[in-house]
Amino acid sequence: MSDMLLEGKAQGGQLKLAGAGAWTAQNARALEALIDGETARAGKLRQVDIDMRGVERLDTFGAWLLERLVRDFSARGCQTSVSGLREDYRALIDELHAVKPEQAPAHGNGQSLTYALGSIGQSIAAIGESFTAFINMLGALVAVVGRVALRPRGFRFTSLVHQLDNVAWRAVPIILLITFLIGCIIAQQGLFHFRKFGADIYVVDMVGILVLREIGVLIVAIMVAGRSGSAYTAELGSMKMREEIDALRTMGFDPIEVLILPRIVALIIGVPILTFLGSMAALYGGGIVCWLYGGIDPDIFLSRLKEAITIDHFKVGMIKAPFMAMIVGVVASVEGLAVKGSAESLGLQTTASVVESIFLVIVLDGLFAIFFASIGM
Amino acid sequence: MARGNGSKDTIIEVRDVVVGFGEHIVLNRVDLDVYRGEILGFVGGSGAGKSVLMRTIIGLLPKRAGTIKVLGVDMAAASDDARRAVERRWGVLFQQGALFSSLSVRENLQFPVREYLDLSQRLLDELVIAKLDMVGLDASVCEKFPSELSGGMTKRVALARALALDPDIVFLDEPTSGLDPIGAGEFDNLIATLQRTLGLTVFMVTHDLDSLHTVCDRIAVLADGKVIAAGAMDVMLASKHPWLQAYFHGKRSRADHAERQ
Repeated sequence: MSDMLLEGKAQGGQLKLAGAGAWTAQNARALEALIDGETARAGKLRQVDIDMRGVERLDTFGAWLLERLVRDFSARGCQTSVSGLREDYRALIDELHAVKPEQAPAHGNGQSLTYALGSIGQSIAAIGESFTAFINMLGALVAVVGRVALRPRGFRFTSLVHQLDNVAWRAVPIILLITFLIGCIIAQQGLFHFRKFGADIYVVDMVGILVLREIGVLIVAIMVAGRSGSAYTAELGSMKMREEIDALRTMGFDPIEVLILPRIVALIIGVPILTFLGSMAALYGGGIVCWLYGGIDPDIFLSRLKEAITIDHFKVGMIKAPFMAMIVGVVASVEGLAVKGSAESLGLQTTASVVESIFLVIVLDGLFAIFFASIGM
Repeated sequence: MARGNGSKDTIIEVRDVVVGFGEHIVLNRVDLDVYRGEILGFVGGSGAGKSVLMRTIIGLLPKRAGTIKVLGVDMAAASDDARRAVERRWGVLFQQGALFSSLSVRENLQFPVREYLDLSQRLLDELVIAKLDMVGLDASVCEKFPSELSGGMTKRVALARALALDPDIVFLDEPTSGLDPIGAGEFDNLIATLQRTLGLTVFMVTHDLDSLHTVCDRIAVLADGKVIAAGAMDVMLASKHPWLQAYFHGKRSRADHAERQ
């Protein structure tokens, strides 16, 4: 059927084309091939007549292809005429005839090597930018804390309670479950390997120190980054997209004071509590595994634990918690405010928020390890 | 300015349609006909359910009762293929444009075409420029993203996307809202021109009295969950219904200005 759409007869320098059928979107591909075939026709042509009497239907697709046919022949210096076009299609043809023959800017990003180097450079610059943004947010927070300290009535207490409910209270079950399981796993692995050289009882030392110093706070910080940090970024980002943050600013409110400070304070209060609960759950899990799997009675476990750990181990874990909370909160806020108009950018910033805060939490944990080692804690 | 459309060929037929949310009945046994080749202006108070009816016709909201036939196909009873075939023959301009924010203008316009038709990249690119030209934009916006466009440009690009597949029917949800009077006037002219050149049927939800005066062939009025009147502008102006009186003879209406002068 497609060969019916356009038929051409060449006579000397003259080409007669006859269109037929439906020149519509459905047939556009076949028609394009036919048209390209005709325009590629070899030989000297001076006169091209296009007879459109047979065309029953014409839409923008067909009309554009006709326009292209005419333009291509005209570009080759042929006299081109179109006849037999139905009157109702005249307006459409005229409209398309008026389209300027500009080329769309080329797609792609130029040469691949320049592109590769360029994107490396851009990502390094982006690291620098997010670092300055982080420092910027910290500074703005300190300024806001100073202002709120001068007039404490300005602090959003309701918002703080609401955020505490979200990030701390509602997080308790999942945090307890995860840290409990982690405690179990550490104890089981320890027992399995220590047993080989009869050092079963030292599993209690390992569980106690590891959980209180490192694992409790790390797991909680990572969970909070995934659970609350991402939520903060998405909330602030969609507020930014819908100009709610601009609206706050125009009313004379500081979005950092109204939106971000209560969120970060909620994290700073919530994360140490979650860390404490999480550490206890992990010790409990470790104790249960030691009893059921390792045959260490709870009494022995507890007395051994009392000898193995000091208050310092507990303090180390708890001191780290608010700092980790602050990192998660600040990164989430920075990324949230960096959201631009599109849905895609919201997704990108949320991912960046979680990845960056987990990375920074681990870096900070390393720095704390060096610090506590050097002060002998 | 009624254009003669000799035979009245019904393209959308709404009969006894009931739509509600929970206890609240928004549309109560609505009847409406849209004829081929006309521009129908659909008006009603804010919250009266204009957009609800439009969204029901295009299948975004479920109806509780009644039938909707588009291009002769009963949308509820039709098979998936038949319904999809009808869906390809309409284009929708949403109030906020609803351009895909992660795609450039060019990709936005090519998206439906690429899905439904197998065309060469060259033809796709040329058609984007042609469509943009038809809605009064030039090729420089091709690589822009929706977040970089002004309100008026967004509406134009969204209209171009609605026209991407050369539809028979175009649904416009408040096309001129948020545009300045000059921009709104240009948009009205654009719709009228495109309607003439492409032979479209236009279903336009609007509040813009100027649009109603200048481009609409017929006006349908929704109040109290029913279409209380449908007809040309002079029918509306002559009506004695209190809501129509208030709407078309209020302080902001052009008829009133004309009378006072």
